Amino acid sequence: MVMRIDCKGLYYRKQNKIIRDAAEEGETEFILDNANGQRYIGNGIEKNIKITVNGVPGNDLAMFMNGPTIIVNANAQDGVANTMNAGEVIVHGSAGDVIGYGMRGGKLYVRGNIGYRAGIHAKEYKKQIPIIIAGGVAGDFCGEYMAGGVLVLLGLNRGEGVPIAGNYLGTGMHGGVIYIRGEVDEYTLGKEVSVLPLDKKDLKVLTKHLKEYCEHFGLDLDEIMAEPFIKLQPLSNRPYGCLYAY
Amino acid sequence: MASELPPEFIVKIAYDRCRRCKRCVMNCSFGCMQFTDRVVPEHKLCVACQRCVTFCPEHAITITKNELAYKENANWSPETRQNILKQAETGGILLTGMGNPREYPILWDHLLVDACQVTNPSIDPLREPMELRTFLGRKPDRLEFVESEYGEIDLATEIEPQVRLDVPVVFGAMSYGAVSLNVHRSLAMAAARSGTLMNTGEGGLHKELYPYSGNVIVQVASGRFGVHSEYLNTSAMVEIKIGQGAKPGIGGHLPGEKVDEDISKTRMIPVGSDAISPAPHHDIYSIEDLSQLIYAIKEATDYEKPVSVKISAVHNVAAIASGIVRAGADVVTIDGFRGGTGAAPMVIRDNVGIPIELALAAVDERLRSEGIRNNASIICAGGIRNSGDMAKAIALGADAVVIGTAALVALGCRICQKCYTGNCAWGIATQKPELVRRLDPQVGAGRLTNLLTAWSLELKEVLGSLGVNSIESLRGSRERLRGIGLDSQTLELLGVKPAGVGQ
Ligand code: SF4
Ligand code: SF4
Repeated sequence: MVMRIDCKGLYYRKQNKIIRDAAEEGETEFILDNANGQRYIGNGIEKNIKITVNGVPGNDLAMFMNGPTIIVNANAQDGVANTMNAGEVIVHGSAGDVIGYGMRGGKLYVRGNIGYRAGIHAKEYKKQIPIIIAGGVAGDFCGEYMAGGVLVLLGLNRGEGVPIAGNYLGTGMHGGVIYIRGEVDEYTLGKEVSVLPLDKKDLKVLTKHLKEYCEHFGLDLDEIMAEPFIKLQPLSNRPYGCLYAY
Repeated sequence: MASELPPEFIVKIAYDRCRRCKRCVMNCSFGCMQFTDRVVPEHKLCVACQRCVTFCPEHAITITKNELAYKENANWSPETRQNILKQAETGGILLTGMGNPREYPILWDHLLVDACQVTNPSIDPLREPMELRTFLGRKPDRLEFVESEYGEIDLATEIEPQVRLDVPVVFGAMSYGAVSLNVHRSLAMAAARSGTLMNTGEGGLHKELYPYSGNVIVQVASGRFGVHSEYLNTSAMVEIKIGQGAKPGIGGHLPGEKVDEDISKTRMIPVGSDAISPAPHHDIYSIEDLSQLIYAIKEATDYEKPVSVKISAVHNVAAIASGIVRAGADVVTIDGFRGGTGAAPMVIRDNVGIPIELALAAVDERLRSEGIRNNASIICAGGIRNSGDMAKAIALGADAVVIGTAALVALGCRICQKCYTGNCAWGIATQKPELVRRLDPQVGAGRLTNLLTAWSLELKEVLGSLGVNSIESLRGSRERLRGIGLDSQTLELLGVKPAGVGQ
């Protein structure tokens, strides 16, 4: 059974309680119509439910989420997948700032652009590796303090002269990897990262995730892979190790 | 280049008493004691942690200051010069551990508590019940009741979640990583036995301690280490850490070498990688953002747990606290500038922030004047040394106090300030298995429980002498305090009269 909720004028607290309670009762699929800025959708849910959001969800979508799949058929706002543990978020539009902050597992696929500080402090632990892929471009401080995970920027459909990422890309990064389809200007990079070519293993990882990404959005994988990628990696997993006197 | 720093301490060994048992050699975790044909101390390595002194069966060891290492000078203290030398040699930031050791005025020692004489009798706590129970959480603006058809009166107001404390003292936030698992075990067991709370700090909660969930405050800090929905729900209360008294405005940094298998599991980061907590939460740039995080946590915990926001005591603390309460926090924790730390830049620890006494008075006053004091409990941290400080803090408006350093001292800490080295000889601020083993959690829990029992007894004595039988009657009752040796502006800020003035 699919549970349809009309979110028009529905207070977020009530809406999320309906979802939580129904999920507790065994409901597995939800469709939220007329979503209009309701915060915390999917917050902290531990069950493998599926939520389709028709309309724009509010901030902190999928925060602390641990399992569900969320599909957004519009733009998403700030804080998507904040401190998320597991599950999948698929945004058919663009997403706002601080997406994937402290994310430590699961997938976040955005078709369009992403805002400032994306993937900041994402981290990984053993097999739990967060994946963030944005089809468009990213704002400043992308991947800042990143401690793990995979972040991919595709820069599709961008206008002439629009950079694929803003300034301070990978500042303070000490783990994980960023793949970028195209080039970035040296001066936009944080001083803790280096640019490297992709090796076989990178290509395997990238192809695997992009294949899935393309399936969600009906894109052509070969076309995307036809452009060269670069890889950003931290120079050290201890960037601030030598700041101190004894 | 060999360091030119003169040793800070001199280790004296009375060879006539030494029986060459080598216990000191085994006990020193800083590598100071060598054994050739006899024990030979390398003075430069001594940090005066007193481990060898305590365990020498012959009491043959004394540690003294290296008095004339630096020629006396009232302006250029030995420490000042030592720090310059260290920086000249390394070009680095000076790191340190524990709280601010400088001679700033300790206002607790300038406050005196009232007592009853003749006209309103004091109460003997040995014979009469004394209520120390405290509830942390948002209190309603007013209570409404309904009468049932049988004439019974029921409470109609919905009460927000509250956490019950049997003693108004909770343990301070100390992360697993900064301190050892045996410290966390000791704190959790003692909290359970004493009816109070321990605080995970920002490093997550070890799985083994999940059964203590009813006695745990779980912290959410900027690094979000070990934060997931199960963690948030394994708690009595959730705390958003914005600041720490010892290092306001500064993040945390657990060096990779301390991130072993177990810590990596709890923090959920790879073994050996640095655990960096950025200075700000990157999703909080305003009071509105803070509110968003508070309610994100409430959503994730089904509105069943109070949410605390911890800030360091800074100049504008009263206005900030007001914002925090309006943002929806159920508890505000204020950490004064004498609060401890596992590691902080010395320049920050020693120069940034304000004393908790003033911050507490300012926050309580502000919330009262705005009519929102009932919306949140106030927890006061950073420099509570004994039950006297606790009583005074409660009279100044605190609902409960925090002890961090005092708890560690009960566990054996000698305040040597070397926590950041990871070599703590007392098994506290270390992850080295051979050192961690030195702290038996059962013994530790017993000592902490004793401390809280002792403070409770003392607090009851104070209440009795004040002629009240409940902590609630002392809370915020500044009329029962008097200041001594304080200027009039400080008295005004504290809201207390000078000693010698009656009602
Ligand atoms: S512990 Fe005391 S008696 Fe034993 S070797 Fe050291 S100084 Fe000598
Ligand atoms: S915790 Fe250990 S290292 Fe830190 S001050 Fe106490 S005894 Fe020294």
